[in-house]
Amino acid sequence: MNAVSRYFKSLLLLELWQGLGVTLRYFFRPKFTLNYPEEKTPKSNRFRGLHALRRYPNGEERCIACKLCEAVCPALAITIDSTQRDDGTRRTTGYEIDLFKCIFCGFCEESCPVDSIVLTGVLEFHFEEREESIVKKEQLLAIGDRFEEQIATARQNDAAYR
Amino acid sequence: MPETFMDHVIYMVILLLKIIAVVVPLILAVAYYTYAERKVIGYMQIRRGPNRIGPLGLFQPFADVFKLLLKEIILPENANKFLFLLAPVLSLAPAFAAWAVVPFDDWAVIADVDAGLLYILAMSSLGVYGLIIAGWASNSQYAFLGALRSTAQMVSYEIAMGFSLIGVLILAGSLNLREIVLAQQGGIFDWYWLPLLPLFVIYIISGVAETNRAPFDVAEGESEIVAGFHVEYAGSGFAIFFLAEYANMILISGLTALMFCGGWLSPFEGIPVIGDTFLGAGSIFWFLAKTVFFMYLFLWWRATFPRYRYDQIMRLGWKVLVPITIFWVLVAAVISVFGLVVRGS
Repeated sequence: MNAVSRYFKSLLLLELWQGLGVTLRYFFRPKFTLNYPEEKTPKSNRFRGLHALRRYPNGEERCIACKLCEAVCPALAITIDSTQRDDGTRRTTGYEIDLFKCIFCGFCEESCPVDSIVLTGVLEFHFEEREESIVKKEQLLAIGDRFEEQIATARQNDAAYR
Repeated sequence: MPETFMDHVIYMVILLLKIIAVVVPLILAVAYYTYAERKVIGYMQIRRGPNRIGPLGLFQPFADVFKLLLKEIILPENANKFLFLLAPVLSLAPAFAAWAVVPFDDWAVIADVDAGLLYILAMSSLGVYGLIIAGWASNSQYAFLGALRSTAQMVSYEIAMGFSLIGVLILAGSLNLREIVLAQQGGIFDWYWLPLLPLFVIYIISGVAETNRAPFDVAEGESEIVAGFHVEYAGSGFAIFFLAEYANMILISGLTALMFCGGWLSPFEGIPVIGDTFLGAGSIFWFLAKTVFFMYLFLWWRATFPRYRYDQIMRLGWKVLVPITIFWVLVAAVISVFGLVVRGS
């Protein structure tokens, strides 16, 4: 009996019709794909994109050259040179990140005692020359100035969960 | 009328114009069929398909064509050059030539020949030579294996296909495609898909197998033999194989519409209210609509069914489809003898 019913099932292509029904249903489903440059997925507050150095509201740079980020960096991507300023504080003279070495783990941000080095939500950047992959202190500060609002909002939104 | 030289010239020019009037829309149809394929399969996989080039991605086919045509034609070192270049032409020519006898409407046919069905069968069989020659001339194992597979497959399904057309032939009593369509007059239930339902289904299935499309696309099974018989082709050679494959799919769709679904006849013919309006009148648009429907089925199946194993394809062809068609050809003979289906009512 079972064999007979299976015979007719395959002869009448029943399972194939079911399959066609599935694909036809999906044909009319709303599509998952985003039209990327025009539409973007929302990003987490903890998104780890391009690096930035932040400043205090008075314009003073936050980094105190403690070199914790340099020490914690698993890819050895950070290089810091420091000096003592005339007012007695310690500051960086050079802060370089090699983005080809960087693995975007975010340890530098976690280790920073003054919230200076941060990973922003910026993910669309590129290099046209090989040496451009090494980002200098001025560039990092400029990125920080440009995206300060976004960086601050993301940190504030995430603060409750830390 | 005296047959002067000018008469011949005018006759040739008119014939040439007719051919252009068929071939140019056909090539455009092929271009947009590839676009439709990507869109339909994309939609069935909840993707969007191409939508970057032009509005809704409508210029995508042209971008593809120009890319292929501008690419270098690579001749493999040990290939047979003459056959290697001949093969794409051999596979494309029958796919286009078959359209000569296809009636788009009662009056719109290039060659209204009485042996139209035979001619169609001959042309669709010729297509396999392009494949064999391409596979052999490439002098590559992958291409050769692909050619062997698709040859065996096409030869096997040719039989089931021929038998299902014999059913049509018996009921219509003619080999002329125009007369086959005219014999189906009288609305959707007078078309041959109903009395010849098993043959109709088998014709479509073997049509898919004939064109080496999914789920019968072992000939170019990407996972095992890369691209089958046309691995070694690049640029315009590949483009022509591509064109031939899609032209064949359109041809099979058109033939299915002609043989089993009343060609240009309207499905509403004879129905009181709708049948009296323009919808009831047969026209080229009905033929195109039916063809497009079957073309859509090709894409739908490709998006739905996984590929058959090779021995399963052979089993299906020889042990299932051929016996069923032979049986139903007998049934068709009985129907015809006892006049159960009235011709051209």
